[in-house]
Amino acid sequence: MIEIIKSVIVVIFLIVGSLFLITGSLGIVRFPDTYSRMHASGKCDTLGISLILVGLIIYQGLDFVTVKLILILLFVFFTGPVAVNSIIRASFKSGNKMWTVKGWVQWSKERIE
Amino acid sequence: MKTVIPFEIFLYILLITTSIVMYRIIKGPTTFDRIVGVNAVGTKTILFIVMISYVLGRPNFLDIALLYAILNFLGSIVISIYIERGGVAE
Repeated sequence: MIEIIKSVIVVIFLIVGSLFLITGSLGIVRFPDTYSRMHASGKCDTLGISLILVGLIIYQGLDFVTVKLILILLFVFFTGPVAVNSIIRASFKSGNKMWTVKGWVQWSKERIE
Repeated sequence: MKTVIPFEIFLYILLITTSIVMYRIIKGPTTFDRIVGVNAVGTKTILFIVMISYVLGRPNFLDIALLYAILNFLGSIVISIYIERGGVAE
């Protein structure tokens, strides 16, 4: 009985993580701007991979394999947003344009109306 | 005694999401769209290797997944620094 409840929890984690991954992929394709695409990629991919790995950790139980899974989870959870933030800085510095409601604007230090 | 979960379904889901992102890598207007797409594909590849290790029942593949995570992070950082400064080392 406990095994069945545990596997149901694992499947719920895996399905929610897969939904986040699909949402992030659709966001990368459908958003109009480079920055909003980075927003979708950074949030949804990190959350999706974290949820799927948490589900696998619950499925595995306490084991030596769990240590490797926890290491992958911590590494991806901390370095995924850092990589996306670095790409965003490079995009700002090289003058990539930004989509607003009124049109395409150049990013500057002043406030964008 | 563990209950058997069909992990192959999640392999197909990962393949579908990767092929969705491939559209943006091929047809992206700027370079940064392509870099974001490559980063997302790398993230999905880590999960793909982890899922394959559960499908085949070999936990040695998790080491390869950890190595691929490090390589993906370093690749994104180095490419963005190269584009930002015009060279890796000043």
